[in-house]
Formats: sequence, C-alpha cells, structure tokens
Amino acid sequence: MPTYILRRLLQSALILLGVSFITFFLLFVLPADPVRQIAGRSASAAVVESIRQQLGLDQPFLVQFGRYLSGLVQGDLGRSYLQKSEVSELIASRLPATLLLMVAAIFCELVIGLAMGIIAALRRDSFTDQALMMTSFVTVSAPQFVVSLLMLYVFAVKLGWFPIGGYGTFRHLVLPAVTLGILGSGWYSRMMRSSMIDVMRTDYIRTARSKGLTRARVVLGHALPNAILPIIAMIGIDIGVFMGGIVVVESVFGWPGIGQLAWQAIQRIDIPIIMGVTLVSAVAIVLGNLLADLIAPFIDPRIKLK
Amino acid sequence: MTSATEVNFAPKGAMRRLMDRKLAVFGMVLIAIVVTGAVAAPWIAPFAPDQQNFDGLTIEGAPMAPGGAYMMGTDLLGRDLFSRILYGARTSLVIGVVANGMALLIGTLVGITAGYFRGWVGSVLMRFTDLMMAFPALLLAICLAAIFQPSLWIVALVIALVNWVQTARVIYTETTSLATRDFIAAERTLGAGTGRILFKHILPHLIPTIIVWGTLGISTTVLLEATLSFLGVGVQPPTASWGNIIFENQTYFQSAPWLVFIPGAAIILLALAFNLVGDALRDVLDPTQRGRG
Repeated sequence: MPTYILRRLLQSALILLGVSFITFFLLFVLPADPVRQIAGRSASAAVVESIRQQLGLDQPFLVQFGRYLSGLVQGDLGRSYLQKSEVSELIASRLPATLLLMVAAIFCELVIGLAMGIIAALRRDSFTDQALMMTSFVTVSAPQFVVSLLMLYVFAVKLGWFPIGGYGTFRHLVLPAVTLGILGSGWYSRMMRSSMIDVMRTDYIRTARSKGLTRARVVLGHALPNAILPIIAMIGIDIGVFMGGIVVVESVFGWPGIGQLAWQAIQRIDIPIIMGVTLVSAVAIVLGNLLADLIAPFIDPRIKLK
Repeated sequence: MTSATEVNFAPKGAMRRLMDRKLAVFGMVLIAIVVTGAVAAPWIAPFAPDQQNFDGLTIEGAPMAPGGAYMMGTDLLGRDLFSRILYGARTSLVIGVVANGMALLIGTLVGITAGYFRGWVGSVLMRFTDLMMAFPALLLAICLAAIFQPSLWIVALVIALVNWVQTARVIYTETTSLATRDFIAAERTLGAGTGRILFKHILPHLIPTIIVWGTLGISTTVLLEATLSFLGVGVQPPTASWGNIIFENQTYFQSAPWLVFIPGAAIILLALAFNLVGDALRDVLDPTQRGRG
C-alpha cells in the first residue's frame, strides 16, 4: 500500500509536469502577444521590447519554461502581467469561494442523485422509474449555462427568492449549488439505480426481509450502505468534472472563484494566471482520481492495488 | 442478458432492436427534425438569418415577443429568431459531425496503435492519454478558442483536440483484448502484415464501439460548441449558432427570456437526442454482449 501510494504520487507529479509543459507550450506558440496587452496599443516598439525583456519573454521557450518550473517547485507561480500581484496570492484569495461551491455542489448532486436512483430502483420499470431516468438523461444533455440562466430567471428574477448572482451569504450559494446539483445528479442517479438493483437481489436482503423487517429498515439500514459504496469512488472523479466547468458557472453567477479569475485572465492573455489556474485544476483532477483509486479496495476487497 | 447465439452483428437485426426502443425512436425523430430544418433552412426560414427587419423592434427598440410575423420573436438587432435558430442548427450539426469526426479519428488511431503495439509505443501513447485526462478540458478549450481568432473550423479543431481522449481509452481497452485472441494470432502466423491485421481484422470488430462513441460524442460536441459560443469565444456572430444567440442577447435576458430559452431548449433537445440514440445503440451493439471467438 505505501509503495503503491508513493508510486501513484510520483506518477501524478509527472502528469502535472506534462500538463504544465503542454499548457506553457500552447500559450507560447499561440498567436497572441501578452506584451502588446500590457503595453497598450499606442506603445512604441521600444517600450514593447523593453517590457518583453523585463518579463524574460524574449528568451527561448525552454529557458522560459525552465525558469517557470524552478519557480513552481518553490511554490512561486509568477506575477500577474496586468494585476500587479503574485498569482499564488490571487489564487489563494479566490480558492475558498471555489471550494465552498464545490462542496455545496457535490452535496446537492449526491442528495438529488441518490434520492432519484433509490426511488427509481425501488419502483423499477414503473412510470416513476422511466420518468426519473429520462430526467437523468436530460440533465446530462443540458449545458450548464442554459440551466444556470433558467434557474436565475425563475428563482431570482421572477420569484425573487435569491439574489441574481454574487457572493457572501448562504442565499447567494443556494442557486449555483442547486444548479450544479441538478446537472451533476444524472450520473449519480443512474449509477445508484443499478447499484441498488444489484444489492436488492442479494441473499442477505432476502434474509432481512424474511425476518419481517420493515421495508424502510431493509432499504435504509441494509441495502443503502452497500449500494452506496461504488458511488463514493465516483466523487473523486466528479471533482475533476466540477473543476472543468467552473469557468462557466462562476461567470454566469458572478461567483468570485478561480474560474472567474481564469476567465478574466483569458480575455486579457494574462498568461501566469491562466497557467496557475490550469495547474490548480489539474492538481484537483489528479488528486480526485487518486482518491477514487485509493478508496476502491476499501469498497470492494477483491480490488488489489498494484 | 442476451445469449451469445442470438446476438450477431447484423445491421438489420441491430436496426430492428433499435426501433423497438421508444426513447431511441424519439431521439431519431428529433435528430431528423433538426437535420431537415438545417438542410432546408433557406426554404423554410421566413427571413434571411442576418436580415435586420425595420419592423423587428418595438418602438422602444427592444426585441419583439414571439407571435405575429415573427413566430419566435426577434433578437436585439430585430432579426427573426426562428430563422436564426434554423441556421444555427447548421452550425451545431456541422461542428457536431466535423469536430466529433476528427476526435473519433484521433481517438481510434491512438487507441488502436497503443492497444496493438503495446511496448513503449503503447505506454507512451497511453501515458499521454492519461495526461490529457488530467487537463481541465473546458478551460483548455476556452483558452485555445479565445486566443486563436475563432472561426467555425478553429472551434471544431479545438473541440476535437480536447474530446478524443475518451474514445482512445475505450478503443485501447478493446484492442488489447482483441490482439490476444486466437484469430489474430492465426492471421499473424499466416504471414499477414501489421496493416492488414489492424485494418482488416481488428478495426471491423471496433466498429460497433466507434458507432456508439461517435453518437454519444456528437452530444458532447454540441454542448461544448454551445458553451464556447455562449462565452463569446466560439462561433462568431453574425454566423448564427445556438450558443452565440444566447451570448448576443444576454443583456435582454430579463425582459426577453425567449431569446435565451428557445435556443437553450434547442441545444438540450439535440444533445438529448444523440444521448438517447447513443445509449440505445450501446445496449444494442454492446461488444461485451456479443459472442466471443
């Protein structure tokens, strides 16, 4: 186990190195000049060149990447080109908002998804089951921004129950979290349904039933704890899915997390911030996958880590 | 569970089993409607998609609500929304087919090569695939699309570059199991070249998987295009795309919600249609249910 974890951590570090190399390379070769952005359109060629030299952007690619990496291992993500502060500070100030939304969103996904899955499994092949599974199809087919706008329109504009975007109180958190919860519930509900159906077929459930236990106790006390296990590993993967979508959700809801930070940086070609947010997201994805793999043997002892 | 003997990969049988599924038929009907609308757009559309009608705005200069001459209302420039939705269907389908086709091609080539050759070629390709899995794909796509001056083809390329990974993994897994099967060993003993084995003996067995992932992939692609266009880094106006219709009219979102929700519904229905058909195809063509050997 410890050697396995060590090897996986090493692999993860290599993957992150690869991610930073590719991102850095793409931003290097793309036909956008960050120096022009910093200097402004009216700047003279001499000013542009001196800024380029100051930032080291006149150096060859590998030199620039080497410099970035040596900063990175010391926890230095560089300075933002346009906002005069350290990228690590900018990300640190935005990360709590993103993490809060992530925890709230995954909580909502689980509540909605598991409830749908359990009900569908218990009423298998009924109209309710078909309607719920159809709903799960719709949720995985709906783009985040459309559902976000719909939720804003109904619950903020028309009903006025929640603020139209922003951050700060619990009421600000509800709409984005529930929106993400609905959107992410589709996979959980389908998985929960099939897992629950498998468990309900087993002998120990038949025994529990024949002992005369109430249906509620059989389902909640005996079936659920086992049926839920495969779902737990999915949460790790879900972290990655969440990180992929933050730019859209945070910009629609005006949520001041790292997604919004990245979106502003992309529009202004603020490369150090884009690099920083990409890396933080990649770390979250890699850790999420690692978590999913590490949990697997606890869930199913037949799985051996090697 | 279907028994091995009654499952054979005959297109006719697969088609019949597909038609037995109500949801798949529903999906196919939706796709047929969108394709018809897209192809026949010049004849169906009551107005040119970028025609700014002089009576297309209210006296205050706001978009007109659905009804009258403009059955879905007009947008912020007084253009007919129905006509733009029809032309937007072309964008979605072209991107869906082109971007997804490219992604499928890259994914299949990477998967089949890595799966057949294993060794260092295989490890390098699959480690690269792992690396791509750790990429925040949407963030990467947004970044690429924003920095290139996006055109329809750039958007398709960007989507293909972030979307081939899933296909590569599935094809890889299947190829590795196919490559160890006896009939492949037999071919090799008979002196068949690598190219012949790959394309005449392994590829045909992968076709059901490619069809399934190709169909599901169109849904992902349509959603990604809509999202990029909604952010303003996808297909650029005046070319109509369901995503950029919402992007352009966002400011009227409170007073003219139809400008957001009609194209939004179109995106959901098209993505849903391909998901329904893809899911049914997976059940019908699932390789794990086909007879082995």
